[in-house]
Amino acid sequence: MDETVTVRPDLSYAGWRETAATHRTAPMSRRHLLAMIGTAAGSSAMYQAMSTLGLAAGSTYQGPIRLEGDPKGASVLILGAGVAGLVAALELHKIGYKVQVLEYNDRAGGRCWSLRGGDRFTELGGFEQTCDFDKDLYFNPGPWRIPYHHCGILDYCKRLGVNLEPFIQVNYNAYLHARNAFGGKPQRLRHILSDFHGSVAELLAKAVNQDKLDQPVTAEDKELLLTALRQWGALDANYKYKSGVLSSDRRGYERDPGGGLSGEGVPSEPLLFAEILRSRVWYRLALGQIYDFQSTIFQPVGGMDMIARAFVREIGNLIHYNTKVIAIKQDDNHVMVTYVDARTGALPTTATADWCLCTIPLSVLDQIDLDLGKPMMDAINAVPYGAAAKIGLQFKRRFWEEDEQIYGGITYTDLPIWQLGYPNTSYGSSGKGVLLGAYVFDSPYAYEFTALPPEDRVKKAVEYGAQIHPQCKTEYENGIAVGWHRIPWVLGCFGRWTEETREQHYENLCAIDGRIALAGEHVSHIPAWQEGAVLSSLDAISRLHRRVVAS
Amino acid sequence: MSPEKRGKPVVAWRSIPLAIFLTGAITSGTGAQSSDGSFMSPLRFIQRDGEVIYRTVCQGCHMSAAQGAVGAGEYPALANDPKLAAVGYSVLVVVNGSKDMPPFGTLLDDGQVAAVVNYVRSHFGNSYPDTVSPAEVRSARP
Repeated sequence: MDETVTVRPDLSYAGWRETAATHRTAPMSRRHLLAMIGTAAGSSAMYQAMSTLGLAAGSTYQGPIRLEGDPKGASVLILGAGVAGLVAALELHKIGYKVQVLEYNDRAGGRCWSLRGGDRFTELGGFEQTCDFDKDLYFNPGPWRIPYHHCGILDYCKRLGVNLEPFIQVNYNAYLHARNAFGGKPQRLRHILSDFHGSVAELLAKAVNQDKLDQPVTAEDKELLLTALRQWGALDANYKYKSGVLSSDRRGYERDPGGGLSGEGVPSEPLLFAEILRSRVWYRLALGQIYDFQSTIFQPVGGMDMIARAFVREIGNLIHYNTKVIAIKQDDNHVMVTYVDARTGALPTTATADWCLCTIPLSVLDQIDLDLGKPMMDAINAVPYGAAAKIGLQFKRRFWEEDEQIYGGITYTDLPIWQLGYPNTSYGSSGKGVLLGAYVFDSPYAYEFTALPPEDRVKKAVEYGAQIHPQCKTEYENGIAVGWHRIPWVLGCFGRWTEETREQHYENLCAIDGRIALAGEHVSHIPAWQEGAVLSSLDAISRLHRRVVAS
Repeated sequence: MSPEKRGKPVVAWRSIPLAIFLTGAITSGTGAQSSDGSFMSPLRFIQRDGEVIYRTVCQGCHMSAAQGAVGAGEYPALANDPKLAAVGYSVLVVVNGSKDMPPFGTLLDDGQVAAVVNYVRSHFGNSYPDTVSPAEVRSARP
């Protein structure tokens, strides 16, 4: 897409700012661009450009992949049945490739994974956990949300009949919490947000009214700005943010308006601005405005692994489970992959194919005997894997709904659990409920949770959670904890690229080495997202297929 | 980590929220939670003692007896490890990481790196007589 179309000064995103600064051309309006395309290339080109801009704005997903040309019976080995491997298996099988998929686990999906009552898993070190949740309750230890602009994974959900429901990122009635602020009492997001905006608007309005801005504005703009500040910050006619109907319409009332004789609303009292500033809880205020976290966000009904299960319904017969790859070799004509039984380490077997798409995480791949050139080997060895921990907790009742009117969404805290995720489904049901009791990544806390035995992780999460919801203590039933560095088949959460490693190695990782190509979130510019796995897989199989058709 | 410090655009989502949203936690997130220094900061390890650092950090992958672990891939054992004979090598791996192992150079200071390296090199069946000082760790940093 033309950069001038995408450069918008209102996107205060680190990457965008850089693009804007280096691209000095005046932004071109969308209408202007379309008119130019129409003049130059005729209306069909314009239609195509319009649909690209409109349907897939922002995403590089181009709609269902069209692989043209006959593979002429070519065979392909796909290593790993995570999202990248499943996408490749589905698409290549559909156009006539002979496809075999080797998967280490006894299930498909990889990190597209849900834990439900009765599930078991053993982490490295031999700690076995059984999920004691009730039958219909689950938690997603890996990805848990799908932004609306992740068009690739959403399209597979649509094509494969995976039902989606809203994932609540921002819940104004959930909490922001800091141990050393407000006496340790969690604060409703609506209070902090309204009072922060109102207080800032009041300060700025004062500066504007007194002509104290560094940059003078025209009289007309001054009026507009003052009107905007009043509207944005819920200020009164004197540009004050104070207790009353105006501010209570944002932050909520002390007593909500009701019916009948005693139904008069009682406005609430804003918090002191200085206290909000010192609390530092504002550092989470803009989270919901991050592009990836903007509404609408989705989750599959019933658990993230519904996506994996949908793929398995289509191409499950191609997957060979419980296989541990120990060598990937190639010559001029073939790829030879040797694997053993993942449970026993016995029965070495070699599978042969014309081509190979390898989606094994680099953390595991770097330990396999490989026949690859130095550039790709260097790339594989250059990417460490990030730390992350997630903990699911089952409680006897949905006290966050019953006692505190929190329906879905996330509470953020400076406690080591970082966040509490409320279930975005089955609201108001009278039975038990499962909270995401901790989600930390890329932080000492993530390493520290991982280093604990699973039962201690759960115990700590309940203790920390009780500092926000005291009911945690009495209502807790059971929990399950995933420290991603302990997961035997990925040894970490996601490929952790830096500027330097990406510049030096990324293209070499994407290149086709002989008859082998790689795919997965680690071969994308959106690491740790399923969309990265989908897009990298589509890109890799497109390039592989062109080579096959040309050969 | 911070994309602001470098010259090029980064669109890796994890970098941005961390850079922006942990800033406030630097000073607010240090309420006492434990006596050994664990779970005290979202940005740096606070533990000072080599054994405590091993137990609360390294053990996550290398395991409680430094025996390592095997799955689809494996974590090397540090017990009875001849590779640890070269103290400089041990320091470099902790500071810069190695293959899938993340670098800890920004999460541990010189004294902490020295403490944990000295601990591992004198425990778990390792008994290398020489030690490394914080100053030597500093000179090994890139």
